[in-house]
Amino acid sequence: MLRKVAIGLTLIAFGVMFFAAAVTIRPFGEPPSAMDDYIIEHSQQETGANNAVSAVVFDYRGYDTLGEATILFAAATAVVMLFRKRKDEASD
Amino acid sequence: MSKIVRTVAKLLTPAILLFGLYVIMHGHITPGGGFQGGAVFASGVALLIVAFGAGRVEQFLKEHQLSMLESGGGLLFIGLAFAGLATAFFYNFLVGSPIFGHVPAFGPNPGDIWTGGTIPLMNVAVGMKVIAGLSAIVLVMALASSKQGEDE
Repeated sequence: MLRKVAIGLTLIAFGVMFFAAAVTIRPFGEPPSAMDDYIIEHSQQETGANNAVSAVVFDYRGYDTLGEATILFAAATAVVMLFRKRKDEASD
Repeated sequence: MSKIVRTVAKLLTPAILLFGLYVIMHGHITPGGGFQGGAVFASGVALLIVAFGAGRVEQFLKEHQLSMLESGGGLLFIGLAFAGLATAFFYNFLVGSPIFGHVPAFGPNPGDIWTGGTIPLMNVAVGMKVIAGLSAIVLVMALASSKQGEDE
């Protein structure tokens, strides 16, 4: 019973939060800062790339991409370490 | 897998791998980039593994080659990031230089490949990383599961 009440209260709280987020969202095409327009207007001139998304990912926010690459490296390293054939296990 | 699957995989795999490389190489012009193209390429490798088995794919694609490719991509990426350190980390120092240095006019202008500064090179580096990383994950897991199946 208590469990059901707790689950219901959690769901209601999440519903209120999502509803509040939905009604306070900004209308389409009105960015909250001037940065969006800055990137659209200056990315071709500053980075030379016609693809503004690539300009953001690899130039303006290159540090984030470095983190992404690090995550992929760690994932591949962990999987290869766990699943590789070991010579000392081959005799088992 | 059956002969139908293998024939279709033989037909489709070159197109999938070529499309992945295209998405990587044109990351600074068209939608996509290193991550997306690398994922496409690795899905082609996964199709080969499903169709022909991990043991057969491993004859052509060794695990240590993949780890070398991944480390090389990572080093190239971080090296390019450090190369711009005279101004800032990740500074695009190749804009205006003879290498990938065209500065396009404002607005849509398709087809100018020689643009973007370090962005195409970083796309290639990240593409190498993603190709090798995802292919190594799929290949090593498939090898482990197929070996387990033989033991049982």
